[in-house]
Amino acid sequence: MALFQISEPDEAPKPHARKRAIGIDLGTTNSLVATVRHGLAVVLLDEEGRPLVPSIVRYADEGVDTGYAAMAQQAEDAQNTIVSVKRLMGRGLTDLADARRFPYRFVDAPGMVKIATRSGVKSPVEISSEILRALRARAEESLGGAIDGAVVTVPAYFDEAQRQATKDAARLAGLNVLRLLNEPTAAAIAYGLDNASEGVYAIYDLGGGTFDISILRLTKGVFEVLATNGDSALGGDDFDHRVLCWIIEAAKLPPLAPPDIRSLLLASREAKENLSDHENALIAATLADGQTVKVTLTKSIFTEITRNLVNKTLQPVKRALRDAQLQPSDIQGVVLVGGATRMPQIRRAVAEFFGQPPLTNLNPDEVVALGAAVQANKLAGNQERNDDWLLLDVIPLSLGLETMGGLVERIIPRNSTIPVARAQEFTTFKDGQTAMAIHVVQGERDKVADCRSLARFDLHGIPPMVAGAARIRVAFQVDADGLLDVAACEETTGVESSITVKPSYGLTDGEIAQMLQDSFAHAEDDMQARALGEARVEADRIIDATNTALIADGALLSDNERRAIEQSLAQVASERSQSDHRALRAAVEALNRATDDFASRRMDRSVAKALAGKRVDAFQ
Amino acid sequence: MDADALDRAYRQLQGEVHPDRFASGDDAQKRLASQSSARVNEAYAALKNPVSRAQYLLWLEGIDAGGEMGPQLPVDFLERQLERREAANNAVEARDQRALDALLSDVRADAREMESELLLQFDGRGSHGETPMRVRELMFLAKLIDDLDAMQSALDSEGEI
Repeated sequence: MALFQISEPDEAPKPHARKRAIGIDLGTTNSLVATVRHGLAVVLLDEEGRPLVPSIVRYADEGVDTGYAAMAQQAEDAQNTIVSVKRLMGRGLTDLADARRFPYRFVDAPGMVKIATRSGVKSPVEISSEILRALRARAEESLGGAIDGAVVTVPAYFDEAQRQATKDAARLAGLNVLRLLNEPTAAAIAYGLDNASEGVYAIYDLGGGTFDISILRLTKGVFEVLATNGDSALGGDDFDHRVLCWIIEAAKLPPLAPPDIRSLLLASREAKENLSDHENALIAATLADGQTVKVTLTKSIFTEITRNLVNKTLQPVKRALRDAQLQPSDIQGVVLVGGATRMPQIRRAVAEFFGQPPLTNLNPDEVVALGAAVQANKLAGNQERNDDWLLLDVIPLSLGLETMGGLVERIIPRNSTIPVARAQEFTTFKDGQTAMAIHVVQGERDKVADCRSLARFDLHGIPPMVAGAARIRVAFQVDADGLLDVAACEETTGVESSITVKPSYGLTDGEIAQMLQDSFAHAEDDMQARALGEARVEADRIIDATNTALIADGALLSDNERRAIEQSLAQVASERSQSDHRALRAAVEALNRATDDFASRRMDRSVAKALAGKRVDAFQ
Repeated sequence: MDADALDRAYRQLQGEVHPDRFASGDDAQKRLASQSSARVNEAYAALKNPVSRAQYLLWLEGIDAGGEMGPQLPVDFLERQLERREAANNAVEARDQRALDALLSDVRADAREMESELLLQFDGRGSHGETPMRVRELMFLAKLIDDLDAMQSALDSEGEI
């Protein structure tokens, strides 16, 4: 369209040369998607201007609902409406000490638990991918096209299995994952770049279902994580649950059915949020049998019943400081992240522990997504003025191998800066041994039984030798996403075997491809949404440009010509509010034609202006 | 050794080879970046810590202080550490947080003193007569510190329940 070609020669690169990069905060309670626009990270809103997508997926009769739509039905259809699925990522049924707390029909599956819904048995990876798909659709609509790459955040204390599950979910949602980024680190990027901070900072991140503490040193644009710790099963949800238990006791309720539990949990959360600004919260709910529950929770009772939870967060804080070999007084500032840090008792406890009030000038709900967007923008290769910074992160838990007697030989200690590679030599213990079983584990305990088993594989074809003669080198490599590769090799003969550590329930590329195929019905919707998004962006641009041109050079038009252009403009605006991308494209095309002549007249005039008073030889 | 210079060199190298710089590159580039970056991390970790640095410098001269062929630790040193370990076990049994803390900072102070001694030895050139022994002792202390640390964490998390 000719109108757009009138621009300064040294203006910013063409918009389409930029990659569409997004940062996603896949939270336990809420998820967000953000991007960098004009050098500034912004959270993308839905049509009603809401930044959050509740991390809720409902398998309804007529398809899958996510976000607010799913939330609306959660009490009525508790068994098919999955909330807090993040707590199930990479976890087996035996890992879930509190499985009875969830109103779902769990299906025990090797490695990772699954849930029976009315649409069949679903894994946490599939359920999470529905949330990611909704975020992707929002981003495509907003950015007007396919997403080139995404940074997805994970709790810093997520182990290998939880990270792999998250990455699988993102790929299943059709996202190109540029990086898995630790949530507190993402927050540090957003905070540090905003405030040009230097020094050692603690990021205290209490989300809906996970707790992280990271200690970072910020030096001249380098974000160096010194230590991280946490609890991947502790968050705001647990505070809700304490309130629920208190209600049941206070109102002397009998054992409750899932819908009642869900509605009381909602009431509990509401009460918790109210108590951040008020001294009392009235809890009122009607149970399925018609009984009404009415109790008042005071701030002091709430503080009392959640004291253990607050203290539970301070243990990882102490451990992280110890690992970084620092005292609380060495910390220059404490940044609070996660909605749960709005609770006054948390702020008090943190202030007391560090001897200084925490920093709360960033929105604790949004800061992670914003940091992820900044990282995504950089990784995608978009140039910004202020992008000369580097991120050095660590792995949260030690990685090792099982040795004789069920003991763990640590190969890579926790808090090692990634990427990291280490190798260790082992040998055979029996004469003529031709194979060796390799068992990779993660955790801080000395016994294999107390650590998380990540993968098992065998090295075959070792030539028969006397015990202790073979030299088997096992090499660990952790990439910048914190994901592990293990290779084993018998060095005297060169026999090799290797494995990309996928927890036994991790998905292979083939399985991902198959599942993507299966979701082809989805793909059709996705394509429609994408085409509509692109057409809308194009429409906005042409509406803007035409209006600007009319103001600047409207004098070049006769009344009739002007009226024709205005009619076409109105047509575009009206199609834009509909959802037929083809009709919108046609309207845009019509406006293009209507302004053709106007554009060339403007061009002539601006050329004439630019050349006024200059001689031809000045351009040679 | 100039610790600031080490930090600066480390950051500069990572700025050049870190995988984040090649996130939109092809697979070969990414793999190379990951390997190079891991090497830089390994070198930095080895040089930053006085014990591993001494171990590395000795290794360059053909002395394997940490290996099975290294020097035998003196009996009085071993006895002293054994006593400490016993005291730590008793403290855990008695749930005596404070005794364990005191023990840990005691061992840490010991290690720090030996480390600064080690640094002095490496500043002067020439024979490293006592150095391999110091390095071995320090490695022993590092393991002890790790273990006491783990006991402390365990005691901590118990206390909170």
